[in-house]
Amino acid sequence: MMRPARNRVRAAVRSGGRAFALSFASIVGSTVLFVLSLLSLVFILLGVGLVTTPWLMGLVRRHADRRRALASAWSDVSIPVPYRPFPKDVRSGFTGQVERTTLLLKDPATWRDLRWLLIDMTAGYVVLVLAFGLLLFPLEGLVLAAGLWRVFADDPYWYGFVPVDSQMTALAAALLGIVIFHVGVWASGPLLRLHFVLARSALAPTPDELKRRIDRLTETRHEAVDTAASELRRIERDLHDGAQARLVAMGMNLSTIEALIEKDPAQAKKMLAMARTSSAEALTELRDLVRGIHPPVLAERGLGDAVRALALRLPVTSEVTVELPGRAEAPVESAAYFAVSETLANAVKHADADRLWVDMHHAEGMLRISVTDNGKGGAVVGSGSGLSGIERRLGTFDGVLAVSSPAGGPTMVTMEIPCALS
Amino acid sequence: MRVVLAEDLFLLRDGLVRMLEAFDFEVVAAVETGPELTKALAELKPDVAVVDVRLPPSHTDEGLQCALTARRNRPGLPVLVLSQHVEQLYARELLADGNGGIGYLLKDRVFDADQFIDAVRRVAAGGTAMDPQVISQLLSRRAADKPMGGLTRREREVMELMAQGRSNVAIASQMVITERAVAKHTSNIFTKLGLPPSDDDNRRVLAVLAYLDHG
Repeated sequence: MMRPARNRVRAAVRSGGRAFALSFASIVGSTVLFVLSLLSLVFILLGVGLVTTPWLMGLVRRHADRRRALASAWSDVSIPVPYRPFPKDVRSGFTGQVERTTLLLKDPATWRDLRWLLIDMTAGYVVLVLAFGLLLFPLEGLVLAAGLWRVFADDPYWYGFVPVDSQMTALAAALLGIVIFHVGVWASGPLLRLHFVLARSALAPTPDELKRRIDRLTETRHEAVDTAASELRRIERDLHDGAQARLVAMGMNLSTIEALIEKDPAQAKKMLAMARTSSAEALTELRDLVRGIHPPVLAERGLGDAVRALALRLPVTSEVTVELPGRAEAPVESAAYFAVSETLANAVKHADADRLWVDMHHAEGMLRISVTDNGKGGAVVGSGSGLSGIERRLGTFDGVLAVSSPAGGPTMVTMEIPCALS
Repeated sequence: MRVVLAEDLFLLRDGLVRMLEAFDFEVVAAVETGPELTKALAELKPDVAVVDVRLPPSHTDEGLQCALTARRNRPGLPVLVLSQHVEQLYARELLADGNGGIGYLLKDRVFDADQFIDAVRRVAAGGTAMDPQVISQLLSRRAADKPMGGLTRREREVMELMAQGRSNVAIASQMVITERAVAKHTSNIFTKLGLPPSDDDNRRVLAVLAYLDHG
């Protein structure tokens, strides 16, 4: 009979204790971080913010992640972690800082974090204070009833709505305290939970973002369908004008040879040689076509070796580093391969590069590829450049492309595709 | 000469068997999958194996892997690898052990029976037969990289054929020059590129290929 009640009180006290501890993180941690973040954002204009912002945002994210962990451990509230991953290979030094700051400011999660800090240090704090206050406040009532009321005999002390100035009123205060305690026992758990729900409402992505996501999916799907259709048209045209036409010519030659073989063996022999050349040419064309559809090494060995083989075909010196413990799905491999292939072709054609570096690795659910050249730089995404084509194609897989190409070089193209390896 | 043949397409397998038999080879096994190839190579101990890179059941580079494994177990086992496409990557792997008796050709090369059979014989004898496409890729890369030790056009042609694994006699007949002229060209090439001179055909090929690939 007593056991469930005691357990309830124990659970409530535990919630209250947690709320008490958390309230410091909320009022001190969140307030300090919020103020510093605002200052840091303002100081970006002066340059100092470029150094402090990434560092501070890292702290804010740690702070928020800690709250996420507690939310799931204490109240079973799961708050999604929506941060966009940093590319591993952000450059060091000042340019790296600018890059990092830009990436952070572009991430909607950063702004949600700041909004959460504001909510956490106000409403979130109040909810926490209620969660442990409802359990602590009754103690005061009991202490008053135990004798502390004598201090206020002349000047009534307001305990809640009870003016305490005598033993009777002090007992009434104790009674009120007991009632409040009961409310506290019942409410402290839910209040703590309410605090985490508030955090979730601030930190989790909103329906607006979901809508944007749907728009983006629709757009990339259209592009994927368009690309696939135009690829098929290109293949059809190549077959029609190439191998198919050559086979027709070969068949014709063969029937001429059949007619000539007895009348003019010398001429027949010459035409046979022509037929053989023509079949070799048809094969070469088919081989090139196949390479354009799905390179054989990709099918045989996977992405790493396919890119190695590709690099060996380039007219410039290249270094390929691959750290892929497994294979990605075929469509992802293919998209990644053609993205690298086009990037390399761009580098050779436009950048006047004589050295290339390709790095591929997989970490945290992302396939990361960087292609660096020592060419003249000045590459841009957009305005119908080859790079925007690559970006569009990667988009189908939620992949992204970033280009850093100052005039004078070097150019670094970074690609990221979320995928799992098997 | 005893040959093991691995090729999964019936038409091509049948055609190759006919061609090899027409040139007095004894085809002791004509298989169509990787495991069968491994078994045939281990049990029949052929003088030379002719292997397609892509074989069932995996349809990846299973043939190539089988050949490489068999050569690890029996160094210098002559293997001629055929493929629909040639890759420097694979060529490197085949040549890596430096043992010779390696061929790597496009399937198209079977169109010219004499040259193809010559390649099989060369490989069986411990020599090398590299597809002209592999060599020309290597050369074009070098050409873009830096000029090649001031070789003349003639010397370049000789080197190209030499890198494919042709003997001096074969180079002479192809280029319609005397064998003495070829010998002079080759010694010039070795001097200009700073490679150790050698009469061993296979060593010669490896030196040139290594030079083209890394040098």
